[in-house]
Amino acid sequence: MQEGVVLQMRGICKYFPGVKALQNVDFTLREGEIHALMGENGAGKSTLIKVLTGVYQKDEGHVFIKGREKEAHIRSPQDAQGLGISTVYQEITLCPNLTVAENMYIGRTAGAMTNWHQMNAGAKKILDSLEIPASPQQQLGSCSIAVQQMVAIARAVDMECKVLILDEPTSSLDEQEVVKLFKLMRDLRAKGVGIIFVTHFLDQVYEVCDRITVLRDGQLVGEYVIEDLPRVQLVSKMLGKELDDLSDIKKEGETGPVDETGAPVLEARGLVSEAGIKPFDFHIRRGEVNGFTGLLGSGRSECVRAIFGADRVTGGQVSMDGKKVRIKKPLDAMKQGVGYLPEDRKRDGIVGDLSVRENIILAMQVLKGVFHPISRAQAEKYADEYIKLLEIKTASTETPIRQLSGGNQQKVILARWLLTNPQYLILDEPTRGIDIGTKIEIQKLALKLAAEGKSVTFISSEIDEMLRTCSRLIVLRDRKVVGQLTGEDLTQSKIMATIAGGDKS
Amino acid sequence: MTQTKTPLHQKTGSALKALVRKQIFIPLAALLILVVFNLIADPSFFAIELGYSAAGDPVLSGYLITILDNASELAILAIGMTLVTAASGGQDISVGATIAIAGSVVLRVLCGTESRPEMLQAPIWVAFLVCCVVSMLFGAFNGTLVAYFKIQPMVATLIMFTAGRSIAAWINNNELPIISDAVFGYFGNFIPGIPIPTPVFIAVACMILIALALKFTTLGLYTQAVGINPHASRLNGMDPAVVKLVTYVILGLCVAVAGFIKVSRFSSINYSVVAKDIEMDAILAVALGGNALSGGKFNMTASILGAYVIQFLTTTLYKFNVVSSALPAYKAVVVIILVVLSAPVFREKMAAAWKELTHNPKIKKEAA
Repeated sequence: MQEGVVLQMRGICKYFPGVKALQNVDFTLREGEIHALMGENGAGKSTLIKVLTGVYQKDEGHVFIKGREKEAHIRSPQDAQGLGISTVYQEITLCPNLTVAENMYIGRTAGAMTNWHQMNAGAKKILDSLEIPASPQQQLGSCSIAVQQMVAIARAVDMECKVLILDEPTSSLDEQEVVKLFKLMRDLRAKGVGIIFVTHFLDQVYEVCDRITVLRDGQLVGEYVIEDLPRVQLVSKMLGKELDDLSDIKKEGETGPVDETGAPVLEARGLVSEAGIKPFDFHIRRGEVNGFTGLLGSGRSECVRAIFGADRVTGGQVSMDGKKVRIKKPLDAMKQGVGYLPEDRKRDGIVGDLSVRENIILAMQVLKGVFHPISRAQAEKYADEYIKLLEIKTASTETPIRQLSGGNQQKVILARWLLTNPQYLILDEPTRGIDIGTKIEIQKLALKLAAEGKSVTFISSEIDEMLRTCSRLIVLRDRKVVGQLTGEDLTQSKIMATIAGGDKS
Repeated sequence: MTQTKTPLHQKTGSALKALVRKQIFIPLAALLILVVFNLIADPSFFAIELGYSAAGDPVLSGYLITILDNASELAILAIGMTLVTAASGGQDISVGATIAIAGSVVLRVLCGTESRPEMLQAPIWVAFLVCCVVSMLFGAFNGTLVAYFKIQPMVATLIMFTAGRSIAAWINNNELPIISDAVFGYFGNFIPGIPIPTPVFIAVACMILIALALKFTTLGLYTQAVGINPHASRLNGMDPAVVKLVTYVILGLCVAVAGFIKVSRFSSINYSVVAKDIEMDAILAVALGGNALSGGKFNMTASILGAYVIQFLTTTLYKFNVVSSALPAYKAVVVIILVVLSAPVFREKMAAAWKELTHNPKIKKEAA
């Protein structure tokens, strides 16, 4: 191995039934560098990471770790940990029912005895040094997703790792938290840790990374020093084609002004749910795409969940097309032609062990009722139709959805709702953790639905994504609606000002 | 990977591998092993004779008939237990006790106030209907605890497991009623002129019913979806609590049918012995069918087949004069083997070993 190289992977291959997930992939990580691993959904990033961390066994290839003459055989996550490879996954993989400190020390206390006092003190020290707002004895499940993510990072950092893998760590963090994380990453880099950073945020790559390795369709495209690879080139290498200008997509889907006459498709007054949001008013018209924006935890999701009846509604009135309706549970909303793509895909979206076909027809089946099952042939027809329409990458209609990549799972959930032909579709973070190509497709889809006279509410953490799709933004701060922006007010700076409470300053 | 034509032996190999991967493979393989064992040990095991009952009617007899007959209650219970397992990720351990209740209710309705009536005090179908309603209510009781009070299924059903047989005795004032009406015995034995035991027909009828229910309702999809991800199920308009409750009520119905057969077999009841330990066999049938006891996806055919495998095993052991008190120990050994065989870890290892076995000769052949 060369001097300064901490990890070397050579000719890695991994096959799944019907899919070649990795073909002959090389990857080199040097000491004290932040190395971005980039690629679209299904490019093989997650698979490569899982091979490296022992979650999957590689079918072919070799792995070398600094300080070991021989090839490293990583057969389990424990092996990987033993070799100094630590991982923070995109989805939280800690135990929500244990305390923060327990989560940080789980699996690495020596022997059967635990010194609780020492453990809590140690955890507190690390949490404080990273400025993570959590107490060691707090139950992890009671922390926000962002804090849970940071605890996971703290755990990895504390294990004195040589190789730190961050798999989409920023997708659920707000900007300040991202800044803190980056500071932490730079500190670790200075100490000589090699960091593999998997993300979909191009800005972040160019902010912290030294080197980029690009994968596409399970194959290595190349390894580049960051200065040598301008953004446009990176994107085109990831997609394997020239990228059409992102800013053009709105014009393509533009349908002219929203129909302002008549009753709104949905109108809510003083709506409030038990999830702890302040009562809010809301309306959406035919052909409109609007959105909720605000910082993480500002109540964006809680608002749409109240509209859909996903959280128990405790007050307020809702009318659709001018008629008063009562939405007490999701089925009530569905019957009114409302669809909801939830924020937490794994928990609220997919039914993991069921096939792609069953996942696609699920909502339509429920609407049809218990005594009108969709025939197998009909279901396959629907599934095939939407697999083709949304270009879902799956081995077959019978593949369990959990075997699909995140972006493709998201497309299946989209297909599920499109199949019900909703009048009003709520998309809560539909593009989180998925690649640029799919992101644009989903944005286009939202605009296309609006062009067909449907209504769409779009929520995203990325403000420019909201600007591209929405014609009206409802701004939230501290679980309260603090403003609405339309037309010329729809600019980054104006939104920032509203979120931050610009009216006061 | 090269795209050459696959040789024939590899094709048959992959077909076999596909079969091995199928869930139904486990109970089928277990059945096959038992059949082969009996064929070698004593082929007369499979003999079926046409004899005559005490009343002079033609009846079929033989070990196979015994198996089919005696497995009926278990197969019926396996249907409900599979659904309960799928939706609630747990098992109902009270089915033996509630069978005692169901049987007791049947006898109570038929006997009225006397304990050994000359004449039936109510039509048999009325007794059956009352028993169904009562059993479904007990099912609903269990289901409510599980679905609405979110108590773990095994703990929730522990209540009826403990109390059931006392309730059964209490229903008949702790007396042991005996029915002398011959027609009542038809359901658990033979209908004059038909040489096949009636419980076999009842079990088949239940299977047809559940097959129809799975085909013409969304029962299968709902129970699996709720078992796999209740949050997502709710957001897609289902009510997970109702789905769970329904599965327990269906199991209650299965209990009613099984209880009815049980009391009809003897035209009487022994509260402390009737359907003893059948809950464990019913759960085992589900597990033998390769279904995860933690819920989610299920295969009904495999569960039902599992029930017959268990009875096949029990009857085989009886045949070899294993005393009934030692039976559970022998059963346990077989169960351990079956459960290990069906464990994913073991199957993966076997698949890897199989791969090694089939790939090596090929390499040699190509070299030659």
